[in-house]
Amino acid sequence: MNAPAANRADDGEVLVRVEDLCMHFPVLKGILGRQVGVVRAVDGISFDIKPGETLGLVGESGCGKSTAGRTILRLYDATSGRILFKGEDIASLGRSAMRRMRPRMQMIFQDPQACLNPRMTVGSIIAEPLDEHGTLKGEAKRRRVRELLDAVGMNPNFANRYPHEFSGGQRQRIGIARALALDPDFIICDEPIAALDVSIQAQVVNLLEDLQEKLGLTYLFISHDLSMIRHICDRVAVMYLGKIAELAPRDTLYAAPLHPYTKALLSAVPIPDPKAEAGRRRTILQGDVPSPLNPPKGCRFSSRCPVAENKCFEIEPEWREARPGQFVACHLANPD
Amino acid sequence: MKVEDLRTVFHTQDGTVHAVNGVSFQVTPGELLGVVGESGSGKSVTMMSLMQLLPSPPAEIVAGEAHYGGHDLLTLELGELQEVRGAGIGFAFQDPMTSLNPVFTIGFQLMEPLRKHLGLSKAEARKRAVELLELVGIPSAADRLNDYPHQFSGGMRQRVMFAIALSCDPKVLIADEPTTALDVTIQAQILELVKSLREKLGMAIVWITHDLGVVAGIADRVMVMYAGHVVEEAPVYELFDNPRHPYTRALLETLPSVDGERTDRLRTISGQPPHLLKPPTACPFAPRCRNAFERCLSENPTLMPVGDAHNVACWLDAPAEREAAE
Repeated sequence: MNAPAANRADDGEVLVRVEDLCMHFPVLKGILGRQVGVVRAVDGISFDIKPGETLGLVGESGCGKSTAGRTILRLYDATSGRILFKGEDIASLGRSAMRRMRPRMQMIFQDPQACLNPRMTVGSIIAEPLDEHGTLKGEAKRRRVRELLDAVGMNPNFANRYPHEFSGGQRQRIGIARALALDPDFIICDEPIAALDVSIQAQVVNLLEDLQEKLGLTYLFISHDLSMIRHICDRVAVMYLGKIAELAPRDTLYAAPLHPYTKALLSAVPIPDPKAEAGRRRTILQGDVPSPLNPPKGCRFSSRCPVAENKCFEIEPEWREARPGQFVACHLANPD
Repeated sequence: MKVEDLRTVFHTQDGTVHAVNGVSFQVTPGELLGVVGESGSGKSVTMMSLMQLLPSPPAEIVAGEAHYGGHDLLTLELGELQEVRGAGIGFAFQDPMTSLNPVFTIGFQLMEPLRKHLGLSKAEARKRAVELLELVGIPSAADRLNDYPHQFSGGMRQRVMFAIALSCDPKVLIADEPTTALDVTIQAQILELVKSLREKLGMAIVWITHDLGVVAGIADRVMVMYAGHVVEEAPVYELFDNPRHPYTRALLETLPSVDGERTDRLRTISGQPPHLLKPPTACPFAPRCRNAFERCLSENPTLMPVGDAHNVACWLDAPAEREAAE
């Protein structure tokens, strides 16, 4: 449904282009494993990421944002659609060709507790990608590990310690050092700060920003935290039930959102200021997110939309550029 | 309810963890007290201690009093305590998936306290259960009594938790991070629900959270906790307008917001929260504090009044230091 061409950045180069990407998981039942349904976790999303930029992907739990991230890195094999990395379609690459691409793109995971092997030292965790893909050996490899620890603001002498000796924020730094080991161009950050305390979140976010500046990294930043997304991202895509509802430059999205879902989401975020809170008019959405097994007909958001009209329940809205750079999938969004 | 100098420790293999170090506070009828702090600041342990919900060992309440309705909650026998737990003080937990029993229906779990504490018959309890579910906004309540917890969504389960906590008309409701596991749009629904419940029922609420935004929206008074201490307490407007403790200030500065100015760089609080293996002898925040001076490293400050109902535990606000500064 999303016309890929409509979403192209009109100027400059593109590092990652996602075209009409779908990731459907079959639902199997019974001893014969017959397919009884399909979870449309990601159902036709398209966007571009320019070199050096941070694209935010926000949405509530179950909207498919993490699946989208994993599919883009081919941790899942996409059902359909194209993923162009520097112009090459990695969705159709073979195993060995894909393996050669892997060092260029890395991932930082949500839970630093779960993504670090507790039986490996920090040094060997960070060196693992170097062993897999790199040519560094012996002393050169050890030097690289120390360099990486230093880059993420940790004492290089910690290389011989184990993950359990570190706090959540430090573990997340180790995860970041591992992602940087092979000098990637593109990093997907999948809720990298969701498991951390507020005072530690800011430290990790600042580190990610510093590294981006120093190493020219490009990020896809997946999060449910709209305030943090506003801080770190250049452009933001809002996902709902496997589709992108709205995509816009950060300031436009927060100042003049067009999609009713974006508006509701923004109005639901608590502001740490009682005066602002008292004067706020909230759009309270009714009900819960429908199941991606059986998404509503027409517009995905129609079942909870406060302004839905008849056509919203019948016809799926097309993905259009409502204002320059601001794309929206809604029949009623009117930029004027 | 009034709590004085509560101290709770955990005896662990690595030593004694001083989780709550002399916490005092009170809640007046109809008030919503927000308790803010990071993980490990002792906010949940404080509340669990009050209800004697912590397993002992390893937990031990070494000092303190908690006055409620003429009793000291910390010395009550189990029987009396259960009466208070059910009818006087309701408790809503963070994660409704783990605190609702998956093998009993919602109806059974709702009716159990009603029959036990209020002595209602089965039919009466059933009627009341339906009323409660309607009160917390669960559609077609009567039909859903026979459903199991897994048949409800996260937001609905949290509503059920509130219904159970409210079932015996408590005077005080303690809500431990009730919206943390929820999405923002669902959180907004629950916050609206709590506001309307307060209007209808008028009980006092203690709301534990790590989210200053949530507190700004619903609390009357806020208590900020750090490393098992109350470091600052104030009415909500006062706290956000005029934060006095360096920790409160730093917390407010480090938060990005969805409105207002966007800063290019987030202010951070350097370092980590302290380990609590030793009883505190200095200000627990001193190692991370931008304004720390000698006294902060040698003496632990207690709460000092700095304004109308506004108390701060910081040597910068001690009268002697303020005089010296002037």
